[in-house]
Amino acid sequence: MKFDLSDYETKGFHDEMIGENGSVRPHYKLFQEIIQKVGLKKLNFLQHSADRSQLSLGMTFNVYSDNQGIERILHLDIIPRIVSGKDWDVIDRGLRQRIIALNLFIDDIYNDQRILKDNIVPKDLIFSSATYLKQCAGLKPPQNVWSHITGTDIIRGDDGKFYVLEDNLRCPSGVSYMLENREILKRTFPELFERLKVRPVYNYAHYLRDMLESVSPVSAPSIAVLTPGIYNSAYFEHSYLAQQMGAELVEGRDLIVQNDNVYMITTKGLKRIHVIYRRVDDDYLDPLVFKKDSLLGTPGLFEAYRKGNVVLVNAPGTGVADDKAVYAYVPRIIKYYLGEDPILPNVHTYLCSEKNDLTYVIENIDKLVVKLTDASGGYGMLIGPTSTKAEQKEFVKNIKRNPRNYIAQPLINFSRVPTLTENSIEGRHVDLRPYVLYGKEIKIVPGALTRVALKKGSVVVNSSQGGGSKDTWVVD
Amino acid sequence: MLSRVADTIYWMGRYIERAENYARFMDVNFNLSLELHPDAYEQWKPLIVTTGDWSLFDENHDVANKTNSIKFLTFDDKNPNSIYSCLIKARENARAIRPDITKEMWEQINSLFYHVKEAKSKKLWLRKDPRAFFEDVKKSCQLLYGILDSTISKTEGWHFAKIGQLIERADKTSRVLDVKYHILLPSSATVGSSLDIIQWSSLLKSVSAYDMYRKKYGKLTPSDISEFLIFDSEFPRSILSCLMATEQSLHAITGSQYGFSNSAEKQLGWIKSQLEYADINDVFTFGLHEYLDGIQMQLNQLSISIFETFFATENIIKANDQIQKNDISQ
Repeated sequence: MKFDLSDYETKGFHDEMIGENGSVRPHYKLFQEIIQKVGLKKLNFLQHSADRSQLSLGMTFNVYSDNQGIERILHLDIIPRIVSGKDWDVIDRGLRQRIIALNLFIDDIYNDQRILKDNIVPKDLIFSSATYLKQCAGLKPPQNVWSHITGTDIIRGDDGKFYVLEDNLRCPSGVSYMLENREILKRTFPELFERLKVRPVYNYAHYLRDMLESVSPVSAPSIAVLTPGIYNSAYFEHSYLAQQMGAELVEGRDLIVQNDNVYMITTKGLKRIHVIYRRVDDDYLDPLVFKKDSLLGTPGLFEAYRKGNVVLVNAPGTGVADDKAVYAYVPRIIKYYLGEDPILPNVHTYLCSEKNDLTYVIENIDKLVVKLTDASGGYGMLIGPTSTKAEQKEFVKNIKRNPRNYIAQPLINFSRVPTLTENSIEGRHVDLRPYVLYGKEIKIVPGALTRVALKKGSVVVNSSQGGGSKDTWVVD
Repeated sequence: MLSRVADTIYWMGRYIERAENYARFMDVNFNLSLELHPDAYEQWKPLIVTTGDWSLFDENHDVANKTNSIKFLTFDDKNPNSIYSCLIKARENARAIRPDITKEMWEQINSLFYHVKEAKSKKLWLRKDPRAFFEDVKKSCQLLYGILDSTISKTEGWHFAKIGQLIERADKTSRVLDVKYHILLPSSATVGSSLDIIQWSSLLKSVSAYDMYRKKYGKLTPSDISEFLIFDSEFPRSILSCLMATEQSLHAITGSQYGFSNSAEKQLGWIKSQLEYADINDVFTFGLHEYLDGIQMQLNQLSISIFETFFATENIIKANDQIQKNDISQ
């Protein structure tokens, strides 16, 4: 059997490869021409090789049950998701606009609060956010950049338009999969790469290092990646990025703060650290300031940061712009700071803190997607149409008790991409997570992590909920 | 280099060496079992005694036979020293210091681990002849040594891995000699009685020493074999050779050229000079078993000194405070 799409279902969705009239979209033409010569059996064989490559590279994460660590790989579907150069350029411009505005917003919130005084964003919304850190008030990080690394979740709706679904301004993960997926696919489909002119992503680690150096006042700063340790589900990424950048990979226990400077403990004494790309959440960074029982953090780290003796990337406190209720205001935030309309629109969002929206959400709970405002990773979410009556009741109860903590959005049929299943090729829903680097300048490599909901019909793409990944090709 | 990373690399080196030694022990012992009379005395127990795991084995087994010994020493996850347990730890260590080693090194450790894991799931210990598997494990470990030497810069990390490997190797050589010798020549009265060539050859093969020994001495005698395994300064698995190479690495780390600048160097210099200024007759006068026992204890002490000098973070912070105080007072 060939790469055969004669039974391929596209009704009711935007399919990334096949257009409304059943024809292959222009940016998929060359791909189709080459791939149709490959049999399904061969594809399954290539898929198996890709799985093995992931194991051999150690792209695994631990899942714990009964103390027995089970190692899993994040399934990489070998059929790529292709984005046309034209579409990409819009995404690129949209992301730049958005990150500039969001940084101005975070800086404003922790300093002058003009946007609150001008009543564009309600004060209560900010100060009731669990991710607003009062300890950051009055701080000015280098270059006024707070969110240096962003992994924006973008989806394409059934109208064929791109929407931003989430901003992920805290510790977005997945970029190592973008990079390693590409390496694996180059081995899987060398011929396609030869002919398709896929825009390269390999510069990411160089850009990341340049960015980290650019935010330090020191000329040759010493850089570390701070990880919670090898049992963290994103550990592979932490070690991968440290290794690719030639940075130290440290845990909280490797660091010590003396005289408000941060040092690592080495075999030859203490060595100063200037920039920390931290992959530990705000709450766990410093037990003297945040969670007192955190074993992952380093006492005194926040004070060293406050004094400007170490740069933390991303800055603590960025989560305030990542709150799902604040998200609803991002179009107004862009307008306020830049005087522009958003290039990438938001998904329509109902704020349960507002009376009319609350009534609408409760009445239509079976049609909406409801989300906790400070959760991520696909947790704390109700998908109305596929939920049970009991689950809906539970959510309504919680929403009424604490409306500030909930938002709702219409269920969007994410676009679909052909995906390999055991004995056929079927459409599966995907999102798109490109990565934005912001230091002295903004850098976006032309690529992204495409997350795919492997279960038939599912729209939940999170790796913790049965999602997999795809390589994303931007082609001209 | 981070103290934690140095500690982790050191143990990675030890675990890989331990796994390789175990694989060789199993291979040699299995071979030996084919040449002995079915009613010859049991040769699996001494092997488990050699590895130092006898009490744990004895708690859970009635008698040591081929199957349960292979299972225990190779695949038992309750035995912290089994090849499987060593490779879990070696791999976990390699993962924790991934940015400090190369892709080649990581992928080789990883694939070795999966190889052993697969053999475990296939219950390899039930197989009639498992030697090909042990041969694979041994070669995989040797490949790792080659990758370590040819892809990793000879900076601290490489030296700590080497020191771990060498201390482990010295310890295993001393244990093999101790246990086997004791069985083959239980009392001094039997010295000079006809030798069981197969058994003595197998002792040498257990530490890959057979060919090099033959080349140097020709004839197999207990005294020459002991001399070769303890004192030979050219054979890479003799105890003295291991300590000489350890000293080079330790000096490369600290930058000192003679004498000692910390307790690890002091401890090492002490053991090494004892070996340099002794000969095999002194050893037999003192008692081989007592002598080797002493060496093993001193190797343990060396490992502790290395930990306290380079890995124990409280000590490093304290030492740093001291330097700062001195700077201020000067």
